[in-house]
Amino acid sequence: MHIVVCIKQVPDSAQIRVHPVTNTIMRQGVPAIVNPYDLFSLEEALRLKDKFGGKVTMLCMGPPQAEDALRKCISFGADDAVLVTDRAFAGADTLATSYALAAGIAQIAREQAVDIVFTGKQTIDGDTAQVGPGIAKRMGLQLLTYVSRIVETDFENRSITVERRAEGGVQVLKTTLPCLITMLENTNELRFATLPAMIHAAGYPVRKWNKEQAGIEDVGKIGLKGSPTVVSKVFGPTPRSEKAEMLDLEISNLRDVSLNLLQKIFTRHPTLEADLLMKEPS
Amino acid sequence: MNAPATPATSAAPAKKPAGRAGRNLELPEHLKAYKGVWVFIEHERGHVHSVSWELLGEARKLADVLGSAVGVVVLGGPDEPLEKFAAEAFTYGADKAYIVHADVLQGYRNEPFTKGLTDLVNKYQPEILLLGATSMGRDLAGSVATTLLTGLTADCTELNIDPTSRALAATRPTFGGSLLCTIMTLAYRPQMATVRPRVLAMPQAQTGRGGEIVQETLEMVESSIATKLLDFIADANSNKINLPYADVIVSGGKGMKNPENFKHIFELARVLGGEVGATRPCVQAGWVEADRQVGQTGKTVRPKLYIAAGISGAIQHRVGMESSDVIVAINTDPNAPIFDFAHYGIVGNAMQVLPALTQAFAYHLSLRAKRVA
Repeated sequence: MHIVVCIKQVPDSAQIRVHPVTNTIMRQGVPAIVNPYDLFSLEEALRLKDKFGGKVTMLCMGPPQAEDALRKCISFGADDAVLVTDRAFAGADTLATSYALAAGIAQIAREQAVDIVFTGKQTIDGDTAQVGPGIAKRMGLQLLTYVSRIVETDFENRSITVERRAEGGVQVLKTTLPCLITMLENTNELRFATLPAMIHAAGYPVRKWNKEQAGIEDVGKIGLKGSPTVVSKVFGPTPRSEKAEMLDLEISNLRDVSLNLLQKIFTRHPTLEADLLMKEPS
Repeated sequence: MNAPATPATSAAPAKKPAGRAGRNLELPEHLKAYKGVWVFIEHERGHVHSVSWELLGEARKLADVLGSAVGVVVLGGPDEPLEKFAAEAFTYGADKAYIVHADVLQGYRNEPFTKGLTDLVNKYQPEILLLGATSMGRDLAGSVATTLLTGLTADCTELNIDPTSRALAATRPTFGGSLLCTIMTLAYRPQMATVRPRVLAMPQAQTGRGGEIVQETLEMVESSIATKLLDFIADANSNKINLPYADVIVSGGKGMKNPENFKHIFELARVLGGEVGATRPCVQAGWVEADRQVGQTGKTVRPKLYIAAGISGAIQHRVGMESSDVIVAINTDPNAPIFDFAHYGIVGNAMQVLPALTQAFAYHLSLRAKRVA
């Protein structure tokens, strides 16, 4: 079984700077990690490999330093890693990103056919959850998002059955391979990297592909040029004009402050008290 | 609140975006025919998801600015009450409903729904297409946008029409909510956006308001679809956490110090008949279930009463709850940002204040209940 897991390297902290001219995010100087949602997909891929044998190939699009994120995944047990990196990819939105990653997966599939592609549910920096569906659509893969459990994988008959988190319930879906899966968070626990694995990962030659090596045929479809969405402005949230009315604990006791607060709440929201009286304490 | 230093201010109108050479920012002639604002109506097991009505209220406003009509797309199985959903959509501001009944549309699956929605868009050419940022809406929106090769902006918190370009100006938090950005799709149609449940207010239904129903068909046979829906296991109502639509939420942050102290939160929520919420760090530390997370990467809520205990008020949390009617904050730090947008604040130890509040509410409500009885 050959599984490709797509990951993104994301900034770990909230220290963000924005390029004054292009309004794109400047990542320099911010500690970077593997997008946490991607690790649930990585663990699920490694479990399938444990069960069926085969190979897990990591794929990432990003700047050269994103190879650190790929090495991290090698230390957990991934077999190979490809970093698609080219200045031409800069400024990509989700549509352009799915094009570049789909091209990379197609290139990896030329070396060995791919059975399952995993992506994270979403990233913690972009939060769009669009790239996984985008890759699936571009490659004609069956799409299984928000998977909470892989029920059964029948590699002989090339089918897979999963539970998918939907609004108000769980869908049980069966589909054919190849497919693309995004795992829901907290559905598994990532294994530990052993010391020998970490040493192996530190010296692992991550393959770096530029746009030609990644099989990109049309540069109009990647990076800023290939992105239909345009960031017209980036700004901080507007401060509220009024600050909180503070209730001082030092001049009266806790009970009086609490009762005083209740009166203020019910005065501000006249129907709330009736609503609360309608409710049975759960 | 210390807003991060940014090059643009929120007050300034959206300027012509900075493009790079060779980037097409002009709408091509053939796409100018795209007119109207559409909402995809999400339904499951006989019920329309409220997010569809919330979107419809917003779609009506956008269409009024553009001077165009509001359309809804209702896809489903042969026996599903799609016409009833359409009639309800008319009361929330829709002018036209595009309905497709088909065997392959019984229960949500990506492939037939993507084709159903994409075909309608190609035929009727709406300029804006809105979907709920739910597990269905996000799954579908990403596939449809990629099929149509157009722009999609996820999880918007505000939708406007840019006065200069007449394009959809979709504002969303970025980087976990530390910043906001306004995104436009200038040279492609339709302009797509998703909005999470409870971000937009529920519109008032206008009873008696009608509209036009357009019945369409979907050319797709079951044998051509690889993915089969074997079963749908509905959540048991009793243990379901429904944060987005809760009237009262009591939330805890890292200031609660440890998971045991969350009992104070649960107790107050119990007395108020409300739900328990939490910040991302508490969920990441495993103190409470992920379904309780309020914020940009969790749930968006707009309860009547939101009590935040031991929560500093990071922007990632703020964007998920600032539309609450009344916000009460309890924090030991008088300079915590939460006091900048709460309505009432108490500087104090949540482990002492929460039990006192619980007692006060329990006392007050029991007194009132007696009087009502």
